[in-house]
Amino acid sequence: MSSASGRETPRMVLMLLPAGIVLAAFLLVPLVRLAIAGASGPDGIAAYFSILTNPRHGHDTVMTFILAVTVTLAALVVSTIAGLFLARHVFPGRSALIAMLTFPLAFPGVVVGFLVIMLGGRQGLANLVSKALTGDRLVFAYSAAGLFVGYLYFSIPRVILNVMAAAETLDPSLPEAARSLGAGPVRVFLSVTLPALMPGLIASGAICFATAMGAFGTAFALATDIAVLPMTIYTEFTLQANIAGASALALALVLGLITWATLFIARTLGGRGAAAGGG
Amino acid sequence: MRRGHPRGAGFWGGLAFTLVVAAFMIVPVVLSGLAGVTVNFFRGLESGLTLDWVAEVWRLYADTIWRSIWLAFATLAITAVIGVPAAYALARRPGPLARAIEETVALPIAIPGLALALGLLLTWGGAGSFRMSSGFVLAGHVIYTLPFMLRSVIAVMVATDMKTLEEGAASLGAGFLRRFLTVIVPNAWPGVLAGGLMVVTLSIGEFNLTWMLHTPLTKTLPVGLADSYASMRLEIASAYTLVFFVMIVPLLVAMQLAGRRGRKDHR
Repeated sequence: MSSASGRETPRMVLMLLPAGIVLAAFLLVPLVRLAIAGASGPDGIAAYFSILTNPRHGHDTVMTFILAVTVTLAALVVSTIAGLFLARHVFPGRSALIAMLTFPLAFPGVVVGFLVIMLGGRQGLANLVSKALTGDRLVFAYSAAGLFVGYLYFSIPRVILNVMAAAETLDPSLPEAARSLGAGPVRVFLSVTLPALMPGLIASGAICFATAMGAFGTAFALATDIAVLPMTIYTEFTLQANIAGASALALALVLGLITWATLFIARTLGGRGAAAGGG
Repeated sequence: MRRGHPRGAGFWGGLAFTLVVAAFMIVPVVLSGLAGVTVNFFRGLESGLTLDWVAEVWRLYADTIWRSIWLAFATLAITAVIGVPAAYALARRPGPLARAIEETVALPIAIPGLALALGLLLTWGGAGSFRMSSGFVLAGHVIYTLPFMLRSVIAVMVATDMKTLEEGAASLGAGFLRRFLTVIVPNAWPGVLAGGLMVVTLSIGEFNLTWMLHTPLTKTLPVGLADSYASMRLEIASAYTLVFFVMIVPLLVAMQLAGRRGRKDHR
């Protein structure tokens, strides 16, 4: 047996080797290069603190953070209501409804941006309806509201799947016991249902937040007025001289650290969630 | 789920809310599909239906569509060839080291594509012919999709007790390569399939990395989409989006079916 396991370790290393080479060449070395390049501008290491020192970076970070938090909360509320409803009731057309709510999961962010244009653009649905009803034009696609709608669009499927999975493991006798003890529906929700859903909500909330912080495609498609971090990084990297380049690289790495840490903490607190697509 | 609740105000209220959310998810998709086959979207459906816009998209962007299909299958092949052996090693030797490796592989899920793309540009931007080829985009797609293949295969391998199966084959005299190809891979097949569907779907739709990595000669479908949103009329952008949906929706349906079958197997 010892000779078998003696052969086993080199074999395992061999099995990991091809993936290891690819990861080293295209993930690890690039991330290290990014870290070094971010610190090699005129500001040196200080580039990593540009969120605090550069007013524009600070402003854009706060804007992105507020947007990401708002979207996360909205997606959690909407998906909890719809997900609990779908998990608790059986009715004709239920699976079609679930399919409609979850299949946009893997739409790329740039397509989600275009869907927002279909809703709130100059020839969008909201504009046509509001013109017919009130005579006013309603165009929201190219503002913070458009980004909010787009981010909500790609967040809902992610959360709904998690809520439904959590709700299915919920023991139905617990809310019934609470009810029989005289608890009202709000009390039952707050003290029985919500705590049981909490790990799933934390995990999917973290995914929403991280995706919204890093979403590039949606903002790009909307060519939006409000500056979110990925657009700031993109424009500084592509349009400006090398001096701004280093701070853009540092900012990209800081953003990556924020999103990675969010998901890491959530995973420690709340278990794994499904993630797909890149906003 | 377990028993028929009485259908009171709670049911109808919940149904109405859920229908509104579903409409929010579906209406823009239907609108964009319709706009792609309408003669003039501004005048509405009365202007008539046409496939001219789709034909125009094909004329302008066929190369991006073929390149995306090619890239998706190349990404699938590479993630399977490097991912399945790695998944095997990680599933057979769980521990802190395996967890650390898995965490590293999963970095591209957590870190925005923009940051990864900038790193790739810094590292490989000077490698002329590689930088100019579709292989550069392919490298990005491989690191972005590898975690999905790995997770999916590891999940199946952990659930099927590979060790016992393998010991059985070994006691019959099968060497390692033979065991790997005839016992391990076939038993992990549901995971490879589910992971593969995910890889193809994500590769076809990948934009964040690809936008930074592409050159004028290596545009993919989503890059073309962004280009058409910015510079083409709404009908062409919609027709192109429609083409994208026609490609991606069968994959998403297959993914949901595979997921449902997977859940049933575990019960």
